[in-house]
Amino acid sequence: MAMSDTAGAVTRTWARVSLLRESPVGMVGAFLVVFWVLVAIFAPVISPFGPNSNDLDALVDPTPNAIHWFGTDMQGRDILARVIWGSRTVLTVAPVAVAIAYAIGSLLGLLAGYYRGWADTVINRISDIILSFPAIVLYIIVIMRFGPSALNIILAVIFIASPQIMRIVRGMTLELREREYVAAAKMRGESALYIMFIEILPNARGPLIVDACLRMGYTTIAIGVLGFLGLGLPPPTPDWGGMVKDSYALMSIFPHMALFPAAAITSLVVGFSLLADGMREISMRD
Amino acid sequence: MLAFFLKRLASLVFTMLVVSALVFAAFEFTPGQMATKILGPFSTQDQRDRLMEELGLHRPVWERYFEWLGNVLSGDLGYSTLYKLPVNDIIWDRLGNTLTLAAIAFAVMVPLSVLFGISAGMREGSKLDRTISVASIVTTSVPEFASGVFLASIFVIGLGWLPGTATLEAGARWPIAAQLVLPVTVIVLYDLGYVVRMVRASMVEVMTRPYIRTAILKGLTFRDVILKHALRNAMIAPFTVILLQINYMITGVVVVEAVFAYPGFGRMLLDSALSQDVATVQAASLFAVLVSVSTQIAGDLGYMMLNPRIRFS
Amino acid sequence: MQFATATETNSRPGAGAGKPPVLELRNVSISYFVRAGEMKVVPNISFKLGQGEAIGLVGESGCGKSTVAFAVMQYLGTVGRVTGGQVLFEGKDLAKLSPAELRALRGRKISMVYQDPMSSLNPVIPIGKQLMEVPMIHFGENEQQARARALQMLREVNLPDPETMMTRYPHQLSGGQQQRVVIAMALMAEPSLLVMDEPTTGLDVTVEAAVLDLVARLREKHNTAIVFISHNLGTVVRICDRIGVMYAGELVEEGPIADVFRNPRHPYTRGLLSCIPTLGADKNSRPLTAIPGQVPSILNRPKGCVFQPRCRFAIAERCSQDPLPTLSLSERHRVKCVRAEELPSHDKLPQGIEAVAIGDQPVDAEAVLRIAHLRKTYHQSTGMFGGKGYDVHAVDNIELEANRGQTLAIVGESGCGKSTLAKVLTGIELGSAGMVTLAGKEISQIPVEDREADTKRAVQMVFQNPDSTLNPSHSIGYVMERAIRKLRGLSGREAKNETSTLLKTVNLPLEFASRMPRQLSGGQKQRVAIARALAGEPDLILADEPVSALDVSVQAAIINLLVDIQAKRGATLIFISHDLSVVRYLADYVAVMYLGQVMEFGRTDEIFAPPYHPYTEALLSAVPIADPDVHQRRIILEGAIPSPQNRPKGCPFATRCPRKLGPICDNEAPPMQTTASGHRIACHIPLDDLKKVDKVVVA
Ligand SMILES: Nc1ncnc2c1ncn2[C@@H]1O[C@H](COP(=O)(O)OP(=O)(O)OP(=O)(O)O)[C@@H](O)[C@H]1O
Ligand code: SF4
Ligand code: SF4
Ligand SMILES: [Mg+2]
Repeated sequence: MAMSDTAGAVTRTWARVSLLRESPVGMVGAFLVVFWVLVAIFAPVISPFGPNSNDLDALVDPTPNAIHWFGTDMQGRDILARVIWGSRTVLTVAPVAVAIAYAIGSLLGLLAGYYRGWADTVINRISDIILSFPAIVLYIIVIMRFGPSALNIILAVIFIASPQIMRIVRGMTLELREREYVAAAKMRGESALYIMFIEILPNARGPLIVDACLRMGYTTIAIGVLGFLGLGLPPPTPDWGGMVKDSYALMSIFPHMALFPAAAITSLVVGFSLLADGMREISMRD
Repeated sequence: MLAFFLKRLASLVFTMLVVSALVFAAFEFTPGQMATKILGPFSTQDQRDRLMEELGLHRPVWERYFEWLGNVLSGDLGYSTLYKLPVNDIIWDRLGNTLTLAAIAFAVMVPLSVLFGISAGMREGSKLDRTISVASIVTTSVPEFASGVFLASIFVIGLGWLPGTATLEAGARWPIAAQLVLPVTVIVLYDLGYVVRMVRASMVEVMTRPYIRTAILKGLTFRDVILKHALRNAMIAPFTVILLQINYMITGVVVVEAVFAYPGFGRMLLDSALSQDVATVQAASLFAVLVSVSTQIAGDLGYMMLNPRIRFS
Repeated sequence: MQFATATETNSRPGAGAGKPPVLELRNVSISYFVRAGEMKVVPNISFKLGQGEAIGLVGESGCGKSTVAFAVMQYLGTVGRVTGGQVLFEGKDLAKLSPAELRALRGRKISMVYQDPMSSLNPVIPIGKQLMEVPMIHFGENEQQARARALQMLREVNLPDPETMMTRYPHQLSGGQQQRVVIAMALMAEPSLLVMDEPTTGLDVTVEAAVLDLVARLREKHNTAIVFISHNLGTVVRICDRIGVMYAGELVEEGPIADVFRNPRHPYTRGLLSCIPTLGADKNSRPLTAIPGQVPSILNRPKGCVFQPRCRFAIAERCSQDPLPTLSLSERHRVKCVRAEELPSHDKLPQGIEAVAIGDQPVDAEAVLRIAHLRKTYHQSTGMFGGKGYDVHAVDNIELEANRGQTLAIVGESGCGKSTLAKVLTGIELGSAGMVTLAGKEISQIPVEDREADTKRAVQMVFQNPDSTLNPSHSIGYVMERAIRKLRGLSGREAKNETSTLLKTVNLPLEFASRMPRQLSGGQKQRVAIARALAGEPDLILADEPVSALDVSVQAAIINLLVDIQAKRGATLIFISHDLSVVRYLADYVAVMYLGQVMEFGRTDEIFAPPYHPYTEALLSAVPIADPDVHQRRIILEGAIPSPQNRPKGCPFATRCPRKLGPICDNEAPPMQTTASGHRIACHIPLDDLKKVDKVVVA
């Protein structure tokens, strides 16, 4: 029984997502995101070179040419290959971090909003404190203390995003817990967990999906910024932000080295944002 | 009102205390680690002990925390290992430079975003609205370092109209005003889109309210409906958001300062972090949080002033 | 005490005769252009309104009443458009006016008042400034002149202390005061036409009565023509000379109030009249007849008569002719029905207060639910402004009992604690003091999570809001099976069978099990909610305003369903409502609440006849009755219901009581006076004096 309802829910959600076709903006966003996801998945197939293989001949003239379409960097590494492989970095770190942040943030938000009282006070106080740090300061402290690595970046993102997600979920829970169907569930003796996860959370999904999309964009920016500031993944991992940083000083001679990775990250973030906007548009219907 | 203000002030003090403890604890290594860090891995146990004695590292954590806190409060921010100067001697100039940059960016961003947001939101779904909306989504989605790259390749490398750095050195090839153009543009571009969307969303919402209908059906001109009835209501919700941009600007400023080699607070924070200069990072973090928390309070107060429903309840 | 009847005060035949009509709609059609295409919401409507005349447009939700109102204002938003015909104001075609000419008319010659006054006023501008704007734009007055005029107008709408009112912000006023301000603003420039769209919907019944009284008075004084839109036929009777009944965008019947109510000729009008309970009838004397079927969707409107699929008089050949003609029965009575003249006369069912048959109520039934000295106090902290906060006595020392198999109705206006009482009974909130015993077991101190399985099963609830009663993410079948499993322990096949049985009980087809709530209409959702409450075969069903969000025809069906189920299952029903007519119809016992206290409790027939509690008396007088022949003694309560935190020390009703004795009422809690039959009244006035009043409602 519960199974059939889950199956139904999946079909219905899919039906909603396919509404996206009616939003041109959303379609452009979806196209960009899907494009990069495919690039990340098929990186080994489509990449002309390995991300770290140096072509010493190219050191003489690193500008784009027939062999290296996007040119090469100062170490003779193919920029196209590094852009392609770099998508893998972003598209693993960001989804993992956002997913975990969602798990933690939703749980805390549900608890705070559903139980209110001291649980709410404690959770809120803690997140107020975390949110009183400008994000960059937290990133800097975390990375400086624990060192740059994919894991630490993920942890930092989770640390910063969970309280924000908590606030959104808490706000919606406070509102949804007053719905009559929640009272009806209590009156038939449902457990608090059932009410939070089966009665409340599914009805918060609209805004949460939109937020998740946007947040993927922010996180992509954050990863890029950390890379650019030299707090990102240690070399030689291909990382868009890091690529810009390494070549920024040479902008006036070899602008291509910075332009391609900058364009890559921009197109991915724009994709996420447009997708989020399309989702918001269709969620406002009916 | 006063009670509210005092309460918020108390919460600010509380937050700052917790934050200072966190900032202290973040760099609180076990004494052995600390000594090893300073003396290197090949030091002898004896050397380390002596150093710990000298630095007072064997005392309990909380004692050292309060000592540090006391120093900070009395204006002694510690010694910067990177700049080889007391932190006090660098931080104020840097803060001043950043403030200049942020203030100009803010002064450009706020009127523009209100103008765009209101024009887009007053007729939802119009061509103007859709253009502004999509444009603002796109500009907020370009990371600052990327827009730095794009703008630099056009205006610095392509056209040669502007300098690629903003070191604020007077007498350099470019006047200071020219140096500031790109940094300000990058901050405004990124931030503008976000605020425009907030103002627009709020305006769209206000335009659907029955009191707007009342105003139109009273016989007011569209212009008066917008200026007298919609504008003020539409600014209530985004007000807090706009002030929170100051908080964001701290982040943005770090990146923009790195892009343009701007001698500000953000670069100081970044450079000291990259070279493990603990005292400077701690002091800078405290300042950053202080600014962000104070603007939140200012935002709440302004929100109350704008909204009679809270003012007179 | 004078009697007012609709015929005496309202009908002014020939009002404005000779002069051109203030408003005339000639074959107007209105559409909304949406994603799905053009929605012809109003295909073709015509009517005239003479000077100083008032027409009431009634009909169920979505029938196009507001659309017509906004077409008159030439304000249909970006998606709406008048696609044909003419809207003539004082002979001028409004569509031909330039924007500037239109602006000069709006607020000056035509004004509008709509539902929800709070949101029609700008929250950040003081009342005075909003009022002054009108003469400043239209008469070019300066601040001082405009101010004087605004003050004058505030006085005219009976607002206390106009000077300070001017400086107030909308949120600082009560709902009734806000609506008076909106009315003042609309009348500021002495317009010749006032369009009112549900101006009293959402107001409490005593406040509504006062606002309607005000509108009637101002109309008289300023000779303003009114288009009065309402879903409540009773309010139309109070204000209008003529009534237009709308169905699916068409004006199906239109004529003078007296003609239409005494001799309704359209089957839909008749349907409407027989599905609203009026203060006179109860379930034993006259069952309500719901109109079968549903309003057709705008996108597939039937050919010929739109009402045909639901009409019991339909004759296919004649009723399908397209276009259907409108017949004029008399000069002023028009009906859009081909059989209008040949239909049998509408037998008006007993409407008078007399026709009360107590029927076969067991007099000494056993009390299953006893509420003794129950209190519920919420502590309100004053939030961010500091301070200690205050207590709100939402339910204060309540004493009630409900008998097995009977219906106890709880009536009262907003904030009287009805819903709080329900929450304590269900265990969603705990009582602060006192006892509630269900079949001898104390339940007010046990939160719902900790109640025994059997208590949970025994007490179930039907909620008010059809849109929030069902979880939008769960299918109907899932909801039902889950309830059956939790309350009865059945699962699998058994649960499925039980689901079909229950759906059948509430007259829903089986296929509904696979539907989602958003695919259901309001009435259907409420049926599912009833079925869900029945899943555990409860002994006590609480229904908190279960029909107040529904249209009258749907309302009738749900009320009948509840009555039926209760009779068949022998469950006790606690029916919470603000609507005295509904209560009169289905209750065996009634408790009247005001500000957390029970003012009167007794058998239904006792409540609706003297002795009355002064508050009950005022309530009865305020209820709008959809029958121009019923006479109601008018008692207008001034002022607003005090907020529960500054409730008077003595009698809660003391601030508004028209029969207040003096300081004793302010300072001392009134005694509960009990008659031999157990009828209880909390008042300082002796029972004998209370008996000496006339009936409020007389047929
Ligand atoms: N802006 C709009 N866009 C599309 N359809 C609309 C719009 N406004 C109203 N409608 C539709 O037009 C029909 C008539 O609506 P209208 O509001 O005039 O009815 P009503 O009689 O005033 O109902 P109620 O009693 O609920 O106020 C409904 O089916 C409604 O859904
Ligand atoms: S025209 Fe026919 S179907 Fe329509 S109301 Fe009259 S009798 Fe009924
Ligand atoms: S006690 Fe006094 S104020 Fe209260 S209802 Fe009776 S007469 Fe009126
Ligand atoms: Mg309406």
